[in-house]
Amino acid sequence: MKISVTVNGTAHESDVEPRTLLVHYVREVLGLTGTNIGCDTSSCGACSVHLNGEAVKSCTVLAAQADGQSVTTIEGMATDGVMHPMQQAFMENHGLQCGYCTPGMVMAATSLLKENPNPTEEEVRIGLEGNLCRCTGYHNIVKSVLAAAAK
Amino acid sequence: MIPAAFEYVRAGSAAEAISLIGQHGDEAKFLAGGHSLLPLMKLRLAAPSVLVDIGRVSDLSYIRDAGDHIAIGALTRHMDVENSAVLKEHAPLLAHAASHVGDPQVRHRGTIGGSIAHADSASDLPATTLALGATYVAQGPNGTREIAATDFYHGFLQSALAADEMLTEIRVPKMQGAGWSFQKFNRRAQDWAIVGVAAWRRNGDSGVALVNMGSTPILATSVASALAGGASVSDAAQLAAAEADPQNDLNASQEYRVHLAKVLVRRALEEASK
Ligand SMILES: Cc1cc2nc3c(=O)[nH]c(=O)nc-3n(C[C@H](O)[C@H](O)[C@H](O)COP(=O)(O)OP(=O)(O)OC[C@H]3O[C@@H](n4cnc5c(N)ncnc54)[C@H](O)[C@@H]3O)c2cc1C
Ligand code: FES
Ligand code: FES
Repeated sequence: MKISVTVNGTAHESDVEPRTLLVHYVREVLGLTGTNIGCDTSSCGACSVHLNGEAVKSCTVLAAQADGQSVTTIEGMATDGVMHPMQQAFMENHGLQCGYCTPGMVMAATSLLKENPNPTEEEVRIGLEGNLCRCTGYHNIVKSVLAAAAK
Repeated sequence: MIPAAFEYVRAGSAAEAISLIGQHGDEAKFLAGGHSLLPLMKLRLAAPSVLVDIGRVSDLSYIRDAGDHIAIGALTRHMDVENSAVLKEHAPLLAHAASHVGDPQVRHRGTIGGSIAHADSASDLPATTLALGATYVAQGPNGTREIAATDFYHGFLQSALAADEMLTEIRVPKMQGAGWSFQKFNRRAQDWAIVGVAAWRRNGDSGVALVNMGSTPILATSVASALAGGASVSDAAQLAAAEADPQNDLNASQEYRVHLAKVLVRRALEEASK
């Protein structure tokens, strides 16, 4: 089927099978491999992207459901080579170890701050409950998000 | 993991969705938020031949004060239920329970109608709306009908909905200041409840329903009758599992679930009695 999706500000017209998952669409059709697949079972959040500005797990959304909508992936966060404040905060606060969960964490965290610009530490922890870090670097991840909120 | 191949059609209205599902027969399914259906399809536990996407039927996404009840469109997402000022005022138990569904990403996609139509006894909103005495509205090829929550759940993932009927609205009576509590016992953040309890109390009246204590959400009527008859909270809570028939699974044995139900119903009633 034909879909048209705006990804990171660029309109794409594509022909996909209806069963194509959004995560496979961005990774394999568009070549945007920053979005990771961790669990593939809706649990880990590594595949989080923004659909119309809100974090969703792209392994649990059909590309067809994003037809006519706007998607932002981790590649769309920096502007003109300058990192998004959330990416900057992760770098400054050692919010990543192996980095596998990081794209999803950044997408979930920016979505969280949009809904709650000044969260408490507890609200950050609860707000990121859909994202797992196998390196268990949660402490610095939370620190990074609080630092980004304070910016 | 990818689902088995299917045909995808998108409906612009409830009437169009019902006509599309009728045209495609038994193998077709509605797709709302997809957060129960797509995981099942990826595991090939479900393989519908046609998906009728109702996710864009935006006129079924609303929360309205309708006098004695609040009317909620079936396509209203969990996040919008959680944040609704109208629900926080008139049915705070439901808004609160919605905030415990999965995680924010799940709540950005999943809908209250999908959760109820899916009729999973482990889900939070079927039991919560059952405790609140909700009525569901279903639309089919021959018009609409109302189904009491108490008549809706027929068995594991089985509801009173016919294959060509769409759930369109959930009607929740106003709580009128009743005390309430939502208890969800799980081991990890984001998980389904091992056992959950939704409860409210107002003067002699009460409603208590259990999550994951049988093949359907369970209305704990013995607890409510005991309270109405003047029993103490701790005595009434001993009857928590009287209507339940919990399963053994990886997370908990039957005995443990019965124990949890009693403890959680006591806690819920204590909180709702404050
Ligand atoms: C990681 C994860 C964690 C979760 N945790 C929880 C949790 O803790 N508690 C909880 O309660 N739920 C949880 N869920 C499930 C979530 O709440 C789902 O969103 C919800 O159960 C289904 O809603 P949906 O809109 O996504 O429905 P879909 O998946 O689109 O549909 C589910 C079923 O209902 C049918 N259907 C959908 N809408 C209608 C309608 N209007 N009329 C008739 N039939 C319809 C579909 O055909 C399908 O069979 C979780 C899901 C995930 C992925
Ligand atoms: S890969 Fe999507 S949630 Fe883990
Ligand atoms: S940094 Fe390794 S998984 Fe989170």
